[in-house]
Amino acid sequence: MSDTKKVLTDPLVNNNPITLQVLGICSALAVTSQMSTSLIMAVALTAVTACSSAAISSIRNHIPSSIRIIVQMTIIASLVIVVDQVLKAFVYDVSKQLSVFVGLIITNCIVMGRAEAYAMKNPPMASFIDGIGNGLGYSLILVIVAFFRELFGSGKLLGIDIFPLIKDGGWYEPNGMMLLPPSAFFIIGCIIWVFRQWKPDQNEAADFKIMDISHGEGGHH
Amino acid sequence: MPNEKKTCKYMAGLCEKLDKCEHYQKFAKYRDHILSLSNDSLEKTIAIALSLCFVCAILVSIAAVALRPLQIENKALDMKKNILDVAGLLQEGTDINEAFAEQIEAKLVDVATGDYVEGDVDAYDQRKAAKDPALNIKLTTTQDLASIKTRAKIAKVYLVKEGGAVKSIILPVHGYGLWSTMYGFLALEADGQTVQSINFYDQGETPGLGAEVVNPNWRALWKGKKVYDEAGNVSLGLIKGLVDTSKPGSEFQVDGLAGATLTSVGVTNLVKYWMSQEGFAAYLAKVRTKG
Repeated sequence: MSDTKKVLTDPLVNNNPITLQVLGICSALAVTSQMSTSLIMAVALTAVTACSSAAISSIRNHIPSSIRIIVQMTIIASLVIVVDQVLKAFVYDVSKQLSVFVGLIITNCIVMGRAEAYAMKNPPMASFIDGIGNGLGYSLILVIVAFFRELFGSGKLLGIDIFPLIKDGGWYEPNGMMLLPPSAFFIIGCIIWVFRQWKPDQNEAADFKIMDISHGEGGHH
Repeated sequence: MPNEKKTCKYMAGLCEKLDKCEHYQKFAKYRDHILSLSNDSLEKTIAIALSLCFVCAILVSIAAVALRPLQIENKALDMKKNILDVAGLLQEGTDINEAFAEQIEAKLVDVATGDYVEGDVDAYDQRKAAKDPALNIKLTTTQDLASIKTRAKIAKVYLVKEGGAVKSIILPVHGYGLWSTMYGFLALEADGQTVQSINFYDQGETPGLGAEVVNPNWRALWKGKKVYDEAGNVSLGLIKGLVDTSKPGSEFQVDGLAGATLTSVGVTNLVKYWMSQEGFAAYLAKVRTKG
């Protein structure tokens, strides 16, 4: 049981797909300008990762290695289309805002990354939980990024006014950059920095050392 | 396979029939043969690929077909909501279908002549017609102010009626902004000159900048603006910055969107196009003369 718990909770902080594995950055930039779209995206991605991992894992012993990636893609793509159809049928307004980004879950590196790294080697139930865990890890970062972007970019959270804007007679001048994708880069960078300060073992060993100039080889004059 | 036995417990009759079925036996035999092959054999690769595609195709088709009625309903409801919104009839708790049926009448208009035409109003889809060579006209570069390339010959307009008289006219408009074609409705009062409201229901402009075309505060600025000047030219458009209402001509001006110059230009162009002789000018002239 403790194993299951570890599979589920590890990807939240210790092995977070965005901050440690650095996967799925692309959609983290695109859908995080508002909390509501991020939340739906997070749910959609978690569902797809969990179900595709379980499906791939259940046929893992019979997947020919030569078409391994295509088999994974086919399963993932089918699930994404199903999710897209469900969103269109039940939360039409949000699906309109997410537009192409739901379809782009197909190319989200987290889904394929987990299929390739975990589901191909582990039984279906464990893969399903691993998918949920990684989906939640992604969701956590997405929600944090969206929190800052929506709050500082438009003075709102989940569409509710928090900081009254100057143009509506309040005091807050929204930061337009927060609404553009690059701001998510800065926020994700800060989150990675916080995580690595908090858990120093996440720091990667440097590829090379910068030489201390005073102890260097010296130079000719 | 343990799973198979479990199913048989509940559907014994079916399983018996299946076991006896010649085709199923052949299938089972072939399946076991494939599963026993090495994963890298050509036969297994092809068989797995085909059966996977088959299963996935069934899954996707079931989802698409089963959810279609709900999606169509959502779409229709959303469109009605947009139309009620631009007509100023949308309040919290309004029954959309009911309000729409009571107060709004859809009509087909031949854009070139401005006459109403007969036809199945509910089934007509102007967006589809704009792409159909039999139902559209190609626009030349000089005509194509709104960058839409083709226009449907017949447009679907909505009349808001109050006590039998037309209160306002809702015209479908669209044009290219910065990233996307923006689709919306422009509601004019019965004089075909005064703007009541504008509403973009489908656009992909930059969130927070160009996408502010959906902002209710900005949309409220359109109320009461005039479309045509005394010579009959389309004068309505967005300007850079804020409109000084004390100056003459301000009734033709709407605040531009801050930080979204190209979207603002796109909105101005689409208004100019759809209100011109290429667009609804002929129709509006007929509405005005009839009173």
